[in-house]
Amino acid sequence: MTLSEKYKDEIAEILSRYPVKRSALIPLLYLAQREPGYVTEAAMTEIAGLLKLTPPQVYETATFYTMLNLKKVGTHHIQVCKSLMCALVGSDTVIGWIKTKLGIAPGETTADGLFTLTAVECLAACGTAPMMQINDDYYERLTEEKVDKILADLRTAGTSPLKSGPYMWPESTR
Amino acid sequence: MPKHELVLLKNMMQPGYTGSLADYEKAGGYQALRNTLGKIAPTDVTTTVMKSGLRGRGGAGFPTGVKWGFLPKDYQGPRYLCCNADESEPGTFKDRQLMERDPHQVLEGIVLACYAINAESAYIYIRGEMVLGSKILERAIGEARAAGYIGKNILGTGITVDVWVHRGAGAYICGEETALLESLEGKRGLPRVKPPFPATHGLYNKPTVVNNVETLANLPHILSRGPEWFASIGSPPKSTGTRVFCVSGHVKRPGNYELPMGVTIRELVFEHAGGMRSDKPLKAFIPGGASAPFLTPDHLDVKLDFESVAAAGSMLGSGGVTVMEEGTSMVWAALRLMEFFYHESCGKCSPCREGSSWLVQTMRRIMARRGQMQDLETLTDLCKNIAGRTVCAFGDAEVSPIMSTLKHWRHEYVTLIHEAEAANLIRPESMGTRH
Repeated sequence: MTLSEKYKDEIAEILSRYPVKRSALIPLLYLAQREPGYVTEAAMTEIAGLLKLTPPQVYETATFYTMLNLKKVGTHHIQVCKSLMCALVGSDTVIGWIKTKLGIAPGETTADGLFTLTAVECLAACGTAPMMQINDDYYERLTEEKVDKILADLRTAGTSPLKSGPYMWPESTR
Repeated sequence: MPKHELVLLKNMMQPGYTGSLADYEKAGGYQALRNTLGKIAPTDVTTTVMKSGLRGRGGAGFPTGVKWGFLPKDYQGPRYLCCNADESEPGTFKDRQLMERDPHQVLEGIVLACYAINAESAYIYIRGEMVLGSKILERAIGEARAAGYIGKNILGTGITVDVWVHRGAGAYICGEETALLESLEGKRGLPRVKPPFPATHGLYNKPTVVNNVETLANLPHILSRGPEWFASIGSPPKSTGTRVFCVSGHVKRPGNYELPMGVTIRELVFEHAGGMRSDKPLKAFIPGGASAPFLTPDHLDVKLDFESVAAAGSMLGSGGVTVMEEGTSMVWAALRLMEFFYHESCGKCSPCREGSSWLVQTMRRIMARRGQMQDLETLTDLCKNIAGRTVCAFGDAEVSPIMSTLKHWRHEYVTLIHEAEAANLIRPESMGTRH
């Protein structure tokens, strides 16, 4: 099924936001990625047609942004922040835990296709470091116990209640 | 009780405050919009903001009213406002809190700014990873539209402002305002050569203002309480108002602290953030995000305002304060930040694209105890050939961790190199092939 068949109304709504069609490119690439977890070449060609662009124009944009996956990733894409602020309070240890628990190094996917581990740069949660993002959700102030619980929740329920809500830290001024 | 009055974080600190439209209105929200749109001339709004002394909270600290004033007066076509919510500067996490906890405060600021610059469309460019934030903003936009604060004919004034959320997709450089515009146009986020500036040739080549989330969130307060009130807070005349300082690293209570500009780093770290996490003393800190040069305990009494931090050899930047305790390797810390910049260099300018790679490799070599004394000259030489030689400020930013740690902690580099020499691990390679 093509994107325009599948997401007809959503595509129309996205296009209506911008006076110039090309602005809809990243939103449409996100749409293409929503279900398969990555952007296929067929989707990029279709988007090029929708936006009156050449396929290389779509490809050059898609390859610039780290959140647009051009290859398949695991069902749960674990991205652990490794930048200085997280590293100061133990992000390397967090990566070590996950490596041991899942048996994969950064850049690898588990054999069952459930988890991909990536070490990433700053995700704007330095006050609640160490932290990681899994798909759309943030998990902060990580401890080994918490990581265990999150991984178990994801295996059994596909989601975890330990994900962050609207951010505020500290929770009171004093 | 806080001894300083909260402005931006005031609502969200109230027990039970959800950030809904009803909560925001109950706290006095959208009164500034009601009292401004159609009642005060747009140029007078700009004048008020100029008088308040408000400067951009994203990093550069450019006076907001002055930026608005650069838009062509006689231009008849569309103009745009872009809210820069691409919060990506390592050490910074304030905009996330402002958007997720009190989204209407940001939206009211956006509508006020649009009114002042006569723009009918605003895009909130939010970093792609903040999926929750973008959902919260979209819900808030829906509420505000239904209540008549956003959309066509706002509160019957005949004024139109439409607001959309546009998610980025994971590129630090898109926080640079012209890269943000390129990205919003669906292209690779490569900064533009300036001039022309966005004020005349911005989004779709139309007059455009790009303002940070925190900058915009200040506007309802400035218009409600007056520019004199705002200008009386902080370190007038040049650094007025509060800042939401983001404290991270080796402190007891990291997090966001809203304080008047001009507070000392000592007060921020030791009174508000609870001091050091252990008995190890403070060794180093970064006062304004990863792009700001490192400072030492000698700088603890520096006031956190634009001029004082600059005079101390760093910059206030985004307000991200990262604290490091004794025992932290400064070479390691600089390498971590250098790896960030290497990863995030957009690749447009050769000095930055190639230089960041060389800097990382040289730093890794020193850290792995395979360095030579001449590497220190190589680092300095590379840094000098990157800074000031790129299209955007990224080039200046990426050299600051290495330049500042070389300045204050050169002996740590030397020790690592001595260890390499002692272990006799240096291979007889030529400089040309060692990279």
